[in-house]
Amino acid sequence: MFEGASNLAAGVDRSFILILAIAVFFTVGITAFMIWTVFKYNRKKNKPARQFTGSVTLEIIWTAIPLILVLVIFFYGWKNYAPMRKVPADAMQVTAIGRMWEWSFDYGNGKISKILVLPVDKAVKMNLHSVDVNHGFFIPAFRVKEDVIPSYNNYLWFIPKFKGEYDIFCSSYCGLQHSGMNTKTKVVDPADFTLWLDSLPATGNIPDAEGLTLLKNTGCIACHSLDGAKLVGPTFQAIYGKKHIVITDGKEIEIEVNDAYLISSILDPGKDIVKGFNKGMMQPYRDKLSDAQITLIIDYLKTLTGK
Amino acid sequence: MSHSETHPQVSYLEYQGKYKGILGWLTTTDHKRIALLYMYCIVVFFFVAAILGLTMSIEKMRPGQDIMNAQTYNGLFTVHGIIMIFMIVIPGLAAVFGNFALPLLIGARDVAFPKLNLFSWYLYVIGAILAVLSQLLKGGAPDTGWTFYVPYSAGSSTNVIWALTAAFILGFSNILTGLNFIVTIHRMRAPGMTWFKMPLFPWSLYATAWIQVLATPIVGITLLMVIAERVLHIGFFDPALGGDPVLFQHLFWIYSHPAVYIMILPAMGVITEIFPTFSQKPVFGYGAIAISSLAIAFVGYFVWGHHMFTSGISYWSKWFFSFLTFIVAVPSAIKVFNWISTMYGGSIQMRPPLLYAISFVFLFMIGGFTGLFLGALATNVQLHDTTFVVAHFHYIIFGGMGFAFFAAIHYWYPKMYGKMYSDRWAYIAWGFTFVGFNLLYFPQFIIGVQGMPRRYFDYLPQFQWGHMLSGFGAFILLIGLILMAWNLIYHVKRGAIAPANPWKGVTLEWQIASPPTLENFEEIPVIKHNPYWFGTEEEIKREKKSVTRNT
Repeated sequence: MFEGASNLAAGVDRSFILILAIAVFFTVGITAFMIWTVFKYNRKKNKPARQFTGSVTLEIIWTAIPLILVLVIFFYGWKNYAPMRKVPADAMQVTAIGRMWEWSFDYGNGKISKILVLPVDKAVKMNLHSVDVNHGFFIPAFRVKEDVIPSYNNYLWFIPKFKGEYDIFCSSYCGLQHSGMNTKTKVVDPADFTLWLDSLPATGNIPDAEGLTLLKNTGCIACHSLDGAKLVGPTFQAIYGKKHIVITDGKEIEIEVNDAYLISSILDPGKDIVKGFNKGMMQPYRDKLSDAQITLIIDYLKTLTGK
Repeated sequence: MSHSETHPQVSYLEYQGKYKGILGWLTTTDHKRIALLYMYCIVVFFFVAAILGLTMSIEKMRPGQDIMNAQTYNGLFTVHGIIMIFMIVIPGLAAVFGNFALPLLIGARDVAFPKLNLFSWYLYVIGAILAVLSQLLKGGAPDTGWTFYVPYSAGSSTNVIWALTAAFILGFSNILTGLNFIVTIHRMRAPGMTWFKMPLFPWSLYATAWIQVLATPIVGITLLMVIAERVLHIGFFDPALGGDPVLFQHLFWIYSHPAVYIMILPAMGVITEIFPTFSQKPVFGYGAIAISSLAIAFVGYFVWGHHMFTSGISYWSKWFFSFLTFIVAVPSAIKVFNWISTMYGGSIQMRPPLLYAISFVFLFMIGGFTGLFLGALATNVQLHDTTFVVAHFHYIIFGGMGFAFFAAIHYWYPKMYGKMYSDRWAYIAWGFTFVGFNLLYFPQFIIGVQGMPRRYFDYLPQFQWGHMLSGFGAFILLIGLILMAWNLIYHVKRGAIAPANPWKGVTLEWQIASPPTLENFEEIPVIKHNPYWFGTEEEIKREKKSVTRNT
């Protein structure tokens, strides 16, 4: 019975059984005692009530025993909970997006699915993201649940142990169609998972390439457009391999834009000025960008073919 | 004093002050009349909310839409929750039986501030009217759940502000009642009644009153913050405005968890009065029960985070809240052991109040033990926000506070009205109520463990059996409640005349007429003994010796 559908299920179920055993023992015992006293000490038997008022020994016993039991339960519950917050470093990352009233699962690179497909026996970390109100991500079979709260980076993780389909519910009330906000997780062979993911069309936002992020963060695209528009500096559109007339030391020469030219223009922008643009508008980026970053930027510029 | 001298025989029900009839009731400052005013309101609202609950159960007997749509259902569970929590279980026992019995139990003629007491009732009525209006006005019943979680409650287009204002005003009614009781207990105990000669129902009311006074303002300000969020877009809680949605949950539960103890402590107090009377025996472990009430009230402040284990609060705060949650279970366990030991060795007369008290212990145990599953971190992850939680808190609130209310009304009814109800019908009503209750809520534990989330209008077919049983249980329960109400209402006029002391109780309320006169005591009694003094002096001495010998 402890062969749970996820690696975390056994710990939850063991804690459950422990508490259940204690609860049943005391509920049955105390109820039986009450019923027994009602018959044994019934007034119809005409025995006078004994007038004792308490016992310090008994008070100590029935303070100590419950205290020990609840501390055992507490400790056991915590011990089996602790692994739920320790995500293995190699876990696959999937973002669960909750919105009124449906789930979607973002596998990165714009690949978004309405059902959660997972490879069996592989750790997965679910990053929980809400676009509107509170939701709750709940897979009962895996014994995992965490609230999906806007502006919070909540998460949970697990390893699915068996292939099959399992229900996913929204556990935190989110309005009109709260009860309709459910879907499935499908646990499959790793090979099938790869096939499925490859065939999943990229419909979501594809994240920026690292080079583009650098261009944005460094402020380059304030003056160099990506779409061909003429701003303060020449556009980046289809720049790599383009022939430019540049003014070097007062003379016009034609060059082809290549790695060397781009590096030189980033590090020493005043050296070769493209005809039609002004000198001194751009500061040198010699100490501001590393060689590796410059390489990333150039790699990105190569992809801007203008098509 | 002058009143009781001029009308020595007139009961508080017949007494005529400045006004006659209904106006005499609406202007009364008599704690017993105010208690009945509260009780009539509470019983009416209880039946309204119970019927809302029944319609939800009927809707859920089959998956899909049957008798209502999802929006109606979401409004119903919100309304059911708001009425039951804010208008019935939080004020319930303290306002009705606290008002009625507290001055009688401590030998006082009224509470410390009788006019404030009446004002509290008017606040209650105003709050109740607003809550009812929130259901009926244009805009539609609020659909946020009684917990009003943001960001949803900040955006819902329904009458959320009305419901929030209602809860805010009801909170003030509570604070003032608590204040009144604290002063009453401090200042108005009969001469000779030291703290540890005070009966245990007043002890539990004392612990409750402190929670009412100290914790209720927190929910008051929190509800105002939600109103400000909706009207002024301040951005306390809504992340779109730069707020923190989990902050709301903290503030809400800082009050609403102690509120659970506002509900259950007076219930424990009532039960503690009933066991000694029907066993003809002093309560076992008087000191332990009194102190455990205070311990529950105190530790109960520090466990609110156990409502939020899955909300993303820090790892160590979960550890801390789980630990304290288990600590607060211990004083409740101590009380249970003392109750059952009170019956041991007694001369037990089975009458309806005792049957309800024993049922209370049984249901409260189930409610309490299922709380352990929710307090333990590993199992909480599976059970949080499922019908397991719904079943758990109905066992605590309805099985606990509700059955204690039934026990209390059957216990003090002869004192309230001077009449006896039918024991036979009381047992029949109990049978329906007890069976219906368990059939309604127990299956929800099981489907909850299997993963059935709460607040679901619709569900997957594997959960139907549980909802089906719950639906039948709801019908049986309602039949029981109607029979109980009928038995009690019918016998107010036609019941046999009750003697002053039908159960052979020894606390002060049984030493005066049924129903009491306006000012309760012709002469304020002087207290010499502990409150549960059943035997003669010789008997008690003999018992003390034999106990000493045995230990």
